[in-house]
Amino acid sequence: MSSETKQILTTDGIPLEVSLKKAEKKNKIKAFLLVAPLLFFLIITYVFPIGDMLFRSVDDKMVTQMLPKTFKAMENWDGQELPDEEVFAAFHEDFIKLVEDKREGKLSTQLNYTKNGFKSIIKKLRRASKKFEEGNYKEQIMAVHKRWADVEYWRAIQRRAPEFTGQKYLKGMDMYVNEEGKIVSVEEDRRIHRVLWLRTLEIAFFVTVFCFLMAYPIAHLLATLPMKYSNLLMICVLLPFWTSLLVRTASWMILLQQQGIVNDFFVGIGLVADDNRPEMMYNKTGSYVAMTQILLPFMVLPLYSVMKTISPSLMRAGKSLGGTPFVAFWKVYFPLTIPGIGAGCLLVFILAIGYYITPALVGGASGTLISNQIAFHMKSTLDWSFASAMGLMLLSGVLVIYWLYNKIVGIDNIKLG
Amino acid sequence: MALPKYTEPHYRIWHYIYLTICAAVFFFLIAPLFVIFPLSFNAEEFLSFSDGMKRLDPDAFSLRWYKDMIYGTKNPWGLAAKNSFIIAIFATIGSVILGTVAALGLSSRHMPYKGLIMAVLISPMIVPLIISGVAIFFFMAKAGLAATHTGIVLAHIILGTPFVVITVTATLSGFDHSVTRAAASLGSDPVNTFMKVTLPLILPGVISGGLFAFVTSFDEVVVVLFLAGLENTTIPIQMWTGLREQLSPTILAVATCLIILSTLILVTAELLRRRSERLRGINR
Repeated sequence: MSSETKQILTTDGIPLEVSLKKAEKKNKIKAFLLVAPLLFFLIITYVFPIGDMLFRSVDDKMVTQMLPKTFKAMENWDGQELPDEEVFAAFHEDFIKLVEDKREGKLSTQLNYTKNGFKSIIKKLRRASKKFEEGNYKEQIMAVHKRWADVEYWRAIQRRAPEFTGQKYLKGMDMYVNEEGKIVSVEEDRRIHRVLWLRTLEIAFFVTVFCFLMAYPIAHLLATLPMKYSNLLMICVLLPFWTSLLVRTASWMILLQQQGIVNDFFVGIGLVADDNRPEMMYNKTGSYVAMTQILLPFMVLPLYSVMKTISPSLMRAGKSLGGTPFVAFWKVYFPLTIPGIGAGCLLVFILAIGYYITPALVGGASGTLISNQIAFHMKSTLDWSFASAMGLMLLSGVLVIYWLYNKIVGIDNIKLG
Repeated sequence: MALPKYTEPHYRIWHYIYLTICAAVFFFLIAPLFVIFPLSFNAEEFLSFSDGMKRLDPDAFSLRWYKDMIYGTKNPWGLAAKNSFIIAIFATIGSVILGTVAALGLSSRHMPYKGLIMAVLISPMIVPLIISGVAIFFFMAKAGLAATHTGIVLAHIILGTPFVVITVTATLSGFDHSVTRAAASLGSDPVNTFMKVTLPLILPGVISGGLFAFVTSFDEVVVVLFLAGLENTTIPIQMWTGLREQLSPTILAVATCLIILSTLILVTAELLRRRSERLRGINR
């Protein structure tokens, strides 16, 4: 193309290219303006607060602000021997101020996270500090309790000096920074969080497997039956799907209780003795059974929508070419359903891994998941930064799965009912 | 599904095993819901079938728990139902408006960063509820909206919009954009075009998205648990408390009402889905 080629102009005399670009840009802005209200609403009320969780989970300003003078004085302390009078005096000054504001309880809770044993000695210190005389605070504080004369406890205080910390994440994995500054695991019998993470993964995995095994045959039946029958049977899938989660959990609580119908049935057919009815609720069994039934529709629906598109003549072709029905199924039908399997499994797994209500009601102590622990710290211990840290650890796991889901199925292909 | 006559015996057996498995799974799915019905009419205070009920003795059945649900002393259900409906209706309206408008923008082929924005808009559906609950609680507490109806409505709009966005985008994917151009060429302004041409055509999608948003809000308990004060109690919160503390048959009466409600919603949603498929020309 030579440069002399006449540019195509619109009727206004503007080059067509420019005019087109302008129109494109206008359309882009128009489209974006339509999305903008929801996008900004979500960014402000949802995306930022999740960012806020990230901030909270590493934020450790509380102790820093409660003991400003102490940490200032500790800057010159090498942490080998007991700190000198300057640190003790500064600590005393900070502490008196905290007692005046009635905040010494918070300090003891916070320090106790770092090292066990602070609760009682801070209580003792508060009582003793009323009778303290001016000067020589080192002697006086050390006389309150022998732990105050233990350099370990002062090192523990010093470890709380930084404003940011990753210790909540370590705690979520049952690890901590020990006296030498190394990351180590807590003792075997106190690794509650690892147990919970593993149990969450285990329950989510097996619930997904059970859902798959149950959903595959019925999705196949629904997809191959004539429309008028399959519509009727579809109600069996859709009614639970639309019914309140709490209603479905309640029905499992009735069914699985010791005097419940399932146990009655087992006694009736002679499987168990009447005086030896098994506990099927408030343990893992309860979580498994209830979660499988509740999440089953989420597996059936994607499988069904994929199977619906597979032409029945493919199976017939497979058989007519000499394959037995099993071979035809395995070599022809099954591979075609893999997108549906992927979608269903990932959907169920994502939902199961973050389940809260059902395990809390039917799971008992051995059937609760990581979500229950997060809720516990939000509502009971009020350790919100720890709850945030565990929430984000769970979220990062889910995002990895979500990313996989997007790679395999595409977010746009999510279908509802 | 009749088997062809030439089917060999062992495949025939396998076929019946397959049908039995299917029947068992359908039973597993639907039967638990039907346990609630008869037990909610129990004349006694137990959550299992009394001997009288097994004999179908009319005296063993009563409406006592329904009366308790409506007239009971210190009855929490009235307030809870009122709150639930108010919150769900406002949350649905908010989700439908925000979600439909956003879906219109998203289905424009000029939309920049479509994938990324779609991911953000759908995220409340993918992120585990407990995490959404924590995040939304932090926001509402800062904004001074914790323990208010407004706060809960906003929270439910967050959770409800993804459903509206998904259903409306799906409806718009089969939408013939030449009709809006035709309207524009006939002198209609964009708002008029939307109200008179686009909206009637995508209405089934909008309504079924709205139904999802309504059910999400009406059934939501995790986020409300963090946000609600005593004044904002909802039906799910009352059920949650009831199930944790004392499992009284009144809960079953409420549950029965909820099952009837969900049946109505299911029927509406199904009718809409079929209508929308007809309109999109997917005839099967």
